[in-house]
Amino acid sequence: MLEVTQLTKTYGRGASAVQAVGNLTFRVAPGEFVCIVGQSGCGKTTLLKCLSGLIPPTSGTAVLQGQVIDRPPDKLALVFQEYSRSLLPWMTVRANVTLPLRSKGIDSARREDLAEEALTAVGLSGFFDRYPWQLSGGMQQRVAIARALAYQPEILLMDEPFASVDAQTRADLEDLVLRLRDEFDVTVLFVTHDIDEAIYLSDRVIVLTPPPTRVREVVDVNLPRPRDQIETKGLPAFTRLRAHVFELIKREPAGSAGDEVLSDQHAT
Amino acid sequence: MTRRMRAIALESALPVLLVVVWWAASADSESIYFPPLREIVATFADVWLFDRVASDLIPSLIRFTAGFVVAVAGGVGLGLLIGLSPLLRRATDPLVDFLRTLPKPAIIPPAILFLGAGASMKVFIIAFGAIWPVLLNTVDGVRGVDPGTLDMARVYGLRRGERIRRVVLPAATPQIFAGGRLALAIALILMVVSEMVASTNGLGYFVLLSQQTFAIPEMWSGILLLGLIGYLFNGIFVLAERRALRWHRGWRAAALGQPVEAGAATTRPRALVAPGG
Repeated sequence: MLEVTQLTKTYGRGASAVQAVGNLTFRVAPGEFVCIVGQSGCGKTTLLKCLSGLIPPTSGTAVLQGQVIDRPPDKLALVFQEYSRSLLPWMTVRANVTLPLRSKGIDSARREDLAEEALTAVGLSGFFDRYPWQLSGGMQQRVAIARALAYQPEILLMDEPFASVDAQTRADLEDLVLRLRDEFDVTVLFVTHDIDEAIYLSDRVIVLTPPPTRVREVVDVNLPRPRDQIETKGLPAFTRLRAHVFELIKREPAGSAGDEVLSDQHAT
Repeated sequence: MTRRMRAIALESALPVLLVVVWWAASADSESIYFPPLREIVATFADVWLFDRVASDLIPSLIRFTAGFVVAVAGGVGLGLLIGLSPLLRRATDPLVDFLRTLPKPAIIPPAILFLGAGASMKVFIIAFGAIWPVLLNTVDGVRGVDPGTLDMARVYGLRRGERIRRVVLPAATPQIFAGGRLALAIALILMVVSEMVASTNGLGYFVLLSQQTFAIPEMWSGILLLGLIGYLFNGIFVLAERRALRWHRGWRAAALGQPVEAGAATTRPRALVAPGG
């Protein structure tokens, strides 16, 4: 499905070069729900920009269904962290969802159908003709999710999508994404810094190191599905996984080079 | 409803008071230069209902409208081009600064040489003067589009034309309208100036001719009409702006954490520059 091979991204050149992503290799299988966790500033957003074809990697490749990603693939949709910037305030909810479908050459009747289906699936059937700013933050992120689903992607990338909503809304949206994943049969790559969220949602968790970013460990999450906010999070296996991932993230990188990086982080 | 009426009463109190004071103070005026307001109003009715409407008012309005439309269309078009290309912006920056600070009436003499003293010269002068605020604001608006919004447009495969039409241009409309409001005032000024310098009709011509022929009440009536036209056009512009930017007011209110209601006008936009200055 998605194969990332020795991907690196360096900003700048020479002495002032900053390595945002240092050599990442991982795969995402069709139908999988994979979460990427790491401390803030570990290059998660840079990685997603490379994967969505917005910026070219410095070296290495990302391949989606056999095609090297060198521009935004039309089988990929991205849900941004900041819904207030990714939704267009001059368009209604419906127009926001149908906008990307025009470029796909889908005719107008089909566009409306896709938008209505997606908006109904995220629980916004009564809000087609509202503007995004008339909705709460959680509802706006639902619009962004509906836009992504109506785009009919094979893979859905999500960049800390629930970082700016309150805890209750967050739990609701997590369950919504799990349900939609089954309903729309889509592969999900979900970036977060929240360990509980990562384990709760995913089949596998990819734990990243602090910069220069590498894969520290890929953790299999063999928790039963369907998941439940109270039941799943109460399982001893969940607690063990949580402690394990937490330890992976907190662990100091070995060697003096790593120490330098860490002290740099504290300084900034 | 009572709040609305109170607002109207408050806003009209000062103009009404001034007219009353002017009327009373000038009632017994013997001065040729400051005739009684009564006389000015009578002359106004004589001249502008509807004797000189076709000969002076209509030509002025046509020139003004044509010049303003050319300025807005040209300013938005060029502003988009320059705003989208950092290279073009750097290349045109000094020229734009030079031209926009050039006092516009100074180019009337050469404009007469090249275009004659007719309508095309006046439309050119008006457009040339009014284009700059629209152009500069469009450039700013285009450059200020949120990078996150542009990323979204690219990830979702929007083609260049669609990106410009549905993302960049709407995002820049608040600034384009602000530039348009300034352009309106400048266009009106240059309409009058160009008609005073070289014309055989129009409001500017009429005011100057009346002064030169000592038709003082006529002169004042022309000035009064110019003031009213400026006020009216500004009002129309504000209405259009409120309609087009309804989303912007709602969006800003939401961003500031104020309650948002569908269609509710939260603030009333005010004119930045009094027209006709």
